Amino acid sequence: MTPEDRGVRIATTSAVPNIDSESQLKALLSGMSGVDAVGVEGRCAKLATRSIKKSSKMSAIDLAISMVDLTTLEGADTPGRVTSLCTKALRPDPSDLTVPSCAAVCVYPDLVAHARSVLGNSRVAVASVATAFPSGRASLKVKLLDVADAVSAGADEVDMVIDRGAFLSGRLGQVFEEIVAVKAACGEAHLKVILETGELVTYDNVRRASWLAMLAGADFIKTSTGKVTVNATPPAALVMLEAARDFAESTGRIVGVKVAGGIRTTKQAISYLVIVNETAGSLWLTPELFRFGASSLLNDLLMQRLKQQRGAYVRPDEFSGD
Amino acid sequence: MSEERLDVRKTYKLLINGAFPRSESGRSYKVETATGEFLANVAQGSRKDVRDAVVAARGVQQKWWGATPYNRGQVIYRLAEMAESRRAELREHVMLCEGLELEVADRLVSRTIDTMIWYAGWTDKITQVLGGANPVAGPFFNFSLPVPSGVIGIVSSQDSSFEGFVDAALAPIAAGNTVVALASERRPTPAVLLGEMTATSDFPPGVLNVITGVTSELAPVLCAHEDVDGVDLTGVAPEDVDELNVVAAGSIKRVFRLRDVDDDALRRIRAFVETSTVWHTIGQ
Amino acid sequence: MGESLANSQLGAFAYDPAPESTSVVNLHASYGLFIDGEFTEPSSHEHFVTLNPANEELLATIAQSSEADIDRAVRSARRAYDTVWSKTSGAERAKYLFRIARLIQERSRELAVLETLDNGKPIRESRDVDIPLAAAHFFYYAGWADKLDYAGFGVNPRPLGVAGQIIPWNFPLLMAAWKLAPALAAGNTCVLKPAESTSLSALALAEILQQADLPPGVVNIVTGDGASGSALVEHDGVDKIAFTGSTEVGRLIQQRTASSQKHLTLELGGKGANIVFEDAPIDEMIEGIIDGIFFNQGHVCCAGSRLLVQESIADEVLRRLVRRVDQLRVGDPMDKNTDIGAINSAAQLSRIEELTAYGEREGATRYTSSCVLPEKGYWFAPTIFADVAQSHRIAREEIFGPVLSVLTFRTPEEAVVKANNTKYGLACGVWSEKGSRTLWVAQRLRAGVIWANTYNRFDPTSPFGGMRESGFGREGGRHGLEGYLDV
Repeated sequence: MTPEDRGVRIATTSAVPNIDSESQLKALLSGMSGVDAVGVEGRCAKLATRSIKKSSKMSAIDLAISMVDLTTLEGADTPGRVTSLCTKALRPDPSDLTVPSCAAVCVYPDLVAHARSVLGNSRVAVASVATAFPSGRASLKVKLLDVADAVSAGADEVDMVIDRGAFLSGRLGQVFEEIVAVKAACGEAHLKVILETGELVTYDNVRRASWLAMLAGADFIKTSTGKVTVNATPPAALVMLEAARDFAESTGRIVGVKVAGGIRTTKQAISYLVIVNETAGSLWLTPELFRFGASSLLNDLLMQRLKQQRGAYVRPDEFSGD
Repeated sequence: MSEERLDVRKTYKLLINGAFPRSESGRSYKVETATGEFLANVAQGSRKDVRDAVVAARGVQQKWWGATPYNRGQVIYRLAEMAESRRAELREHVMLCEGLELEVADRLVSRTIDTMIWYAGWTDKITQVLGGANPVAGPFFNFSLPVPSGVIGIVSSQDSSFEGFVDAALAPIAAGNTVVALASERRPTPAVLLGEMTATSDFPPGVLNVITGVTSELAPVLCAHEDVDGVDLTGVAPEDVDELNVVAAGSIKRVFRLRDVDDDALRRIRAFVETSTVWHTIGQ
Repeated sequence: MGESLANSQLGAFAYDPAPESTSVVNLHASYGLFIDGEFTEPSSHEHFVTLNPANEELLATIAQSSEADIDRAVRSARRAYDTVWSKTSGAERAKYLFRIARLIQERSRELAVLETLDNGKPIRESRDVDIPLAAAHFFYYAGWADKLDYAGFGVNPRPLGVAGQIIPWNFPLLMAAWKLAPALAAGNTCVLKPAESTSLSALALAEILQQADLPPGVVNIVTGDGASGSALVEHDGVDKIAFTGSTEVGRLIQQRTASSQKHLTLELGGKGANIVFEDAPIDEMIEGIIDGIFFNQGHVCCAGSRLLVQESIADEVLRRLVRRVDQLRVGDPMDKNTDIGAINSAAQLSRIEELTAYGEREGATRYTSSCVLPEKGYWFAPTIFADVAQSHRIAREEIFGPVLSVLTFRTPEEAVVKANNTKYGLACGVWSEKGSRTLWVAQRLRAGVIWANTYNRFDPTSPFGGMRESGFGREGGRHGLEGYLDV
């Protein structure tokens, strides 16, 4: 075996299989190996003991900052708040220019245009949730209009939700077709498909939904909306990263992973990076392929960064609120 | 005038794999009653006979253990039925071999048949009595089951030709082991009779093999045989026990020796069962 | 084909060293024997050295017990049995054991560091496995001390008397706990002999016993080499020998105790089969295989050292295993991120080297991790052998190191036959999502422990021990009391 064989090996000549029927999709997904819950949780517990110190901690913090989709998804969102968020995403710590900017700002469709106007042509992308986020309970027609709205307002990325009801009741073809249609509606925009792993409940479902979304054309698969009781968990993320890794190996197409909901601390963020590092590997350790959907996480990363530099803890007021 | 009928004497043979061969060596030896009268010529088993019996016992062990405990109980119960129907013969042999009054021998045979019933009832209880679930600190279903050690060599009591033999042989058999048993050297015929009865009580061939012969010659063969998992040295002369222990250690055998007649049956059963513990993850 | 490859390197993000501080450990220059509640000089005044296998540095010198010292320890245990321990109620014995459990928990960090220094195992394992489990064993058996009537061995089961206990170097403190806790709960007194290369945590435990005010002589800890162990095995005043170690030594002990009335339990070697079916949960199964053989550098009697993989997925499993092995972090055991530490001794290292050389000579295909090994200390890079035949030495003999032999099978029946084709019978693994088949296989495996969709799990409530030449007797659970009661 060559050294390349000892990593994740992605042959760019292979192709994503065409899915022509629901029965073909079902056969493909049900033929996948199951996930043992105890095993995957045990693996995460072990990875969580990794101790990331000194310079590796510094670079992990910077990497994590660059992977943040700085998010606000509240009914009370205002243009002012979005402006503040965009400014912060561009330059998270105005006093330190070495701090990288975030990956994106994530908002509802009606605020996309405003975010676009603030961010201009900067490196920070505008992401919009769409498809009747967060429940996904609308007709396909409405969902597609929602997407078209966001894209025409300037969204670079669209975060859609899958129809969990359809998935859980076995209407996989419907879920697949919806993603295909949304992908088409996205045009140039990148599509992130939210699985809402907390509602899929089992890891078997998480693995199958991940494959379904990737087969249907997702550019990213994302854990959660952040709006339900169970959001991103390390085991769900691990299963999704394994799926992205295996999908890349077998089809040559590389799909990103986004974890969202409940990630507030540097410690959590670093433990996700450890999972990426030891499961999918170096290729995914970039904002192009791994994201954190979060809001308060950014300030904790900045605080920890200063703490690393100063050797003492800093007060929270050092950084702006949302 | 009716002429006195000449009785038809019986040849006492070995029991190996359900068949009754004479010893492959062709040898036999004279067995006397407790009062020194000729009782029978009995096959004198050889090393090769012991080896054949071990092969037979090994061959059927999975099948015997694989049968349902309910079925194993019925087979042993059937043996008790057979013994009951031949109790006169058993009583006579026990009386002659052990030099007992008829009445005493009768009580002994009754008690021994009751012992068979006792073991018949054990087959589907052992797992519950010796096994169980273990409350481990984690998301695992964990249970321990008693499983048979495998092939057991028995050097049966030299004195208790019937009761001792039945007790020693049936405890491991009830637990799913198969047995190669050396009968009492001087008093072998009750064990041979028991062997014959197994042939008519649905015992799969090889579950119980009975070898008659010279203990000091055959016991070391049993103890040294690496495919024997455990030995019961109850019938070995005290001065020979240490040496056989050493031989048995060669393949880390389980060694049992009856301490006193009050030893309970559970100790006998425990002697040749292993605890197998299975863990399985619990998750959605 | 013009195939262009992208390669995603695993573990490319480097972790800075994160060494656990050793300042919590206060090593003495020299250790005596723990007899009758006190540390005493050996009669011969002889000492031997104990090294840190990760860097070959001297840790301390340890007393070498002579026959006279063993005699002194056994007499002390007998005296304690006659005058104190046999008169101490179960409820009181329980409280001593609970105390010991708590003291181990309190000093767990120190004990973990000490264990890693002396043994070479990664601090993550000593911290997360060895020490917590040792405390848990005392805690579990404490509760039995006043409930022996309910243990299923009849009413008022009696202890055996003085137990001589000989333990190996792979889990030093944990093995001491496995031996001492049930023995003391059942009412015996003990003479414990740790392995020559790993005495330190047992001696720290002696200090804990002092802190617990355990009456003098109830536990005596005698250090030394094989000769000390022999003297203990052959001592007339010992009622019971409990041994964990190699099958070769176990056989000798069974022979040497043959002519005595000593009770005996043996926990010996193994060559565990880890059986992998094509419907196994693949990612967890790969982790389980890795854990099964590389946990504790493979210095585990129940290690899953033979991988039996269904032919239909053999190539995929091997590819993933090789990839995973390359990712294991081998090095400084004190680093919290180390997966694989040092081989415990030079002697063990040369045995592993000898057997793996055989593997290559016999035609197996070798994959060894490309990890860089430290220059000083005893190290062996994790290794997988593919194309192994049942007849190869590496498929039959216990290597007791980080070396996995991979064999294939086609049907469940064949898997069982191959798994059972060994003189050992300690542990096996079964990986499948099909419950009925898992149970079918489990029923047919001749092994004392069977892990389904997991491997190398231990718990004080769960009986552990072997069949056939892996020994007899159980440690853990209700079953673990049997070896220390006259039943």
